[in-house]
Amino acid sequence: MKPRQTLNLAATLLLGSLLLVTALFLLLFLIRMFSLGGSVLSWEFLTTGPRNAMTQGGILPALVGTLLLTALAMLVALPLGVLTAVWLTNYGRPAWLVRLLRIAINTLAGTPSIIFGLFGMALFVNFLGWEVSLLSGGMTLAILALPVIVNNTEEAIRTVPPEFRDASLALGATTRQTITRVILPTALPNILTGAIISVGRVAGETAPIMFTATTFFAKGLPSGLRDDVMALPYHIYALMTEGTHPAAQVPIAYGTALVLLLMVLVISSVAIFVRYSIRRKRQW
Amino acid sequence: MVNPQIQAFGLNLWFGKNQVLNDIDLSVHTNKVTAMIGPSGCGKSTLLRCFNRMNDLIPETRITGKVTLGDRDIYAPGTDVTGIRSQVGMVFQKPNPFPKSIFNNVAYGLQVQDAVKNRSELADRVEASLQAAWLWDEVKNRLHSSAMSLSGGQQQRLCMARALATSPLVLLLDEPTSALDPQSTAKIEELCLELKNSVTILIVTHNVAQAGRISEYTAFMYLGELVEFGTTEKMFTVPADKRTEAYLTGVFG
Repeated sequence: MKPRQTLNLAATLLLGSLLLVTALFLLLFLIRMFSLGGSVLSWEFLTTGPRNAMTQGGILPALVGTLLLTALAMLVALPLGVLTAVWLTNYGRPAWLVRLLRIAINTLAGTPSIIFGLFGMALFVNFLGWEVSLLSGGMTLAILALPVIVNNTEEAIRTVPPEFRDASLALGATTRQTITRVILPTALPNILTGAIISVGRVAGETAPIMFTATTFFAKGLPSGLRDDVMALPYHIYALMTEGTHPAAQVPIAYGTALVLLLMVLVISSVAIFVRYSIRRKRQW
Repeated sequence: MVNPQIQAFGLNLWFGKNQVLNDIDLSVHTNKVTAMIGPSGCGKSTLLRCFNRMNDLIPETRITGKVTLGDRDIYAPGTDVTGIRSQVGMVFQKPNPFPKSIFNNVAYGLQVQDAVKNRSELADRVEASLQAAWLWDEVKNRLHSSAMSLSGGQQQRLCMARALATSPLVLLLDEPTSALDPQSTAKIEELCLELKNSVTILIVTHNVAQAGRISEYTAFMYLGELVEFGTTEKMFTVPADKRTEAYLTGVFG
């Protein structure tokens, strides 16, 4: 074998084994999570609330709380983020304002999530007087998701061939018509894929909601935006650090983690499926 | 001379500090085919894009001089640019149908300009445009399938139909056949000859023979200047300028 072929083989083997290591971590992770938490999983676990000082029962309020928080966050962040990205890519004047906005977005994107939690507490909970509530937590999560959605939407809009924009404008369309009739419909699949991925991210956040929305225990399901809620990630944290029956709480914590993990996996698979089916249909 | 459809007077254009067009005076005759030829980078596409103000989209573009469409100054302050573009259609080098159905591609201009009253009028105008671009027979049974499923030549004729749908006065063609095979090219050329009865055509081409085949007037541009303008017949037989002669005989290009 020639030296360069030997080198090639060695590199291929190295890369292959690195891939295996990565896959192995995920596999080990899943196996361990299932063995620790799988025993508590049942239909009842998903459909009832906790009982007997968190040592029995299920996680329904936390599941519902997480879904509501995530939905509220996306409801706010998605339109705001998409509109911001549209402005940045299509209007974007004056230049200093664009620069300022980009710095703001990138700083937000790089901010540790606990800082969002403190900020949310200071602004929504205390200053605006919304208290620890679904509303405060949802808004805090929305701010967390905003930079991700802006960046992703910008990326999606930039993948729309400029020829489409030119054709539309040359036909006498206004900029607004070009955006709503050509650019956004063409970019929509990628915008949605990015949004779904950020849903997974938002659903799993603990730090932004621990001071703004969540409670250790709620009797029933929240009845309005001003109620505090339970949430899956915070529920795990609470079970592992608070309470008086660690032996009974730990398996429930792992079971909750497993549910959260499966939820995020399902969300990611939906995103992958959406992307795949759109790539297959795309013809430009 | 009949009424010119488009005229440029002392037109200068800069991209940043770079002057791309230099004191252009040009009259484009109504319902004729005018070809613009010249080596790459001579400014012919840029000049073409002055006539529907597509250069406005490029940042740091500066224009002096005057361009008229009919008797209207299209760079006058307060001009409705979308209105100009509805009267001056454009077809690009690379076929660029929208990722929509064939029908919706042709309907697009009519819809954004709010030019039709109801669905049946829209359908009639779409059919007429597809007929005018010689595409109707090929697509009439699949108007609602994606425009992307058409061949390159068909896509380019779809772009012609799309540009014709709003009944423009002028059709700007920016090297419309450079991405097409010879057969599709021939079809587009024949189409131009047919269309000039109802619309003024300005075509930028790299292909001197193409200019000779379809145009009545030819403009030769070089380094941002309009070197020579006249009837194609005269320019191709007795060019007045040495540079024109050199380009036409293939000394450079």
